[in-house]
Amino acid sequence: MAIEIERRPLIVERTEVKRYSASARVNHWITAICFVLLTLSGLALFHPSLFFLTDLFGGGANTRAFHPWIGVVLVASFSVLFVRFWRLNLWNRDDTRWMTQIGDVVKGEEEHLPELGKYNAGQKMVFWGTSLLLIVLLASGLVIWDQYFHGLVSINVNRLAALTHSLAAIGAILIIIVHIYAGIWVKGTVRAMTQGRVTGGWAWRHHRKWLRSEVKDEGDH
Amino acid sequence: MASYQSLDIKRRSASTSTPPTVRSTGLEVAKLIDVSKCIGCKACQSACLEWNNLKEEVGVNTGVYDNPHDLTPNSWTLMRFSEWDNPDNGNFEWLIRKDGCMHCADPGCLKACPSPGAIVQYTNGIVDFVSENCIGCAYCVKGCPFNIPRISQVDRKAYKCTLCSDRVSVGMGPACAKACPTAAIMFGTKEDMKDQAAQRIVDLKSRGFANAGLYDPQGVGGTHVMYVLHHLDKPEIYAGLPKDPQISPLVSAWKGGAKLLALGAIAFAAVGAFFHHTIVGPNRVTDTDEANAADLAEEANGAEPTPETRTL
Repeated sequence: MAIEIERRPLIVERTEVKRYSASARVNHWITAICFVLLTLSGLALFHPSLFFLTDLFGGGANTRAFHPWIGVVLVASFSVLFVRFWRLNLWNRDDTRWMTQIGDVVKGEEEHLPELGKYNAGQKMVFWGTSLLLIVLLASGLVIWDQYFHGLVSINVNRLAALTHSLAAIGAILIIIVHIYAGIWVKGTVRAMTQGRVTGGWAWRHHRKWLRSEVKDEGDH
Repeated sequence: MASYQSLDIKRRSASTSTPPTVRSTGLEVAKLIDVSKCIGCKACQSACLEWNNLKEEVGVNTGVYDNPHDLTPNSWTLMRFSEWDNPDNGNFEWLIRKDGCMHCADPGCLKACPSPGAIVQYTNGIVDFVSENCIGCAYCVKGCPFNIPRISQVDRKAYKCTLCSDRVSVGMGPACAKACPTAAIMFGTKEDMKDQAAQRIVDLKSRGFANAGLYDPQGVGGTHVMYVLHHLDKPEIYAGLPKDPQISPLVSAWKGGAKLLALGAIAFAAVGAFFHHTIVGPNRVTDTDEANAADLAEEANGAEPTPETRTL
């Protein structure tokens, strides 16, 4: 049928659940801003057709000088995020099941999926993938930070580091695209990071196990 | 330095546009360094400093003749002294090689450089750094198979031998060649220098250097600075001159066509996400979800749920 009729109840009950503290939100957005700046400045030096992006940073030499420092800030900021969230991102059996039903996930048919805790398997993979790639990016980035670490490693290791840094960066950018798109696609998600709270319905739909535990904690008080 | 006009540019770093080809390329130039004629006087080093108005710091003697100890942002050429016992005849040989940019036909520095026009190759074969475009990233150092470019800690620019492109552009030879008292450094067209080298090699062979030959490594497409070596079979004995220099495969992989593949993957992911949204539509929370959540909360604390918003 082409026309769908939706009958809404007169009164919709709405609840709100706290998802991120103010400090977690600030922490996240510092990391995110650094990531965007690193992507722009990194891609500027990655391919000649994107060199024009150096204009955003005041020219090529400035871009070269700023990029590693922004990286240092990002790693510091992400380290705090890591400490906050690593425990919640440990893999469990529901995540494996979620992965096997990835078809339902991309179709948005979440009623077929297991009830989930604070994070689903996709979010966990974004978390661990980013963590891993940031270690690689940090290590390879320090080595090719010629201004301060010139001659730290042999020239061949240096060349390998440049190649590795590029590959890891591409991987990280791909992961972030997934991360950003998931936030856009799943409505009501972005407010978790901008306001700290999500609706109960959002939690019920996407992270029911987490909602149950939040409600239970509330009841215990 | 940029002493030529754009019509003379054959290749330009980090540039995808085609260089001008309408003018015939003319002659390729080359510097021929005849190691067998070098007496180690360092006049070439002095001439280089003088012509380019460079000042090298006063260093410390560590018991070898090399002075300074390595190429620096101020010393674009350096005599490297090697002492070698020839196992075939027991002779002690003092091998003195004038080190500096080789001006490769396939320059690794240019290939690695991310800044458009910071490194150019002229139609005559000279590879030149255009300092105003240099961003100081040191990628040229990674690209170079001969370990030549040096980055200044003062101004973060890369420096190396220009083959006196400013002198050559007005019909003069490089300062080092002019200063050399034994004509161990010669300058001319690449063909003439090869002919000159061939004569020298015949002479050296007649005097017992059976492996004498011209160092013009084809792994980098040949060079515009060439050596006559008494022992071409063992270039490493000349202070580590590489036997078969090539742009590192790591640099080729880093700077190769895979870059477009990577950008393609990023574009594919972004476009793919857009079309996913177009096909599947937004993943929305339904009123039923909200009601279920409210019921859950109500159940847990036994209180009346407070509706925040009303939708009619």
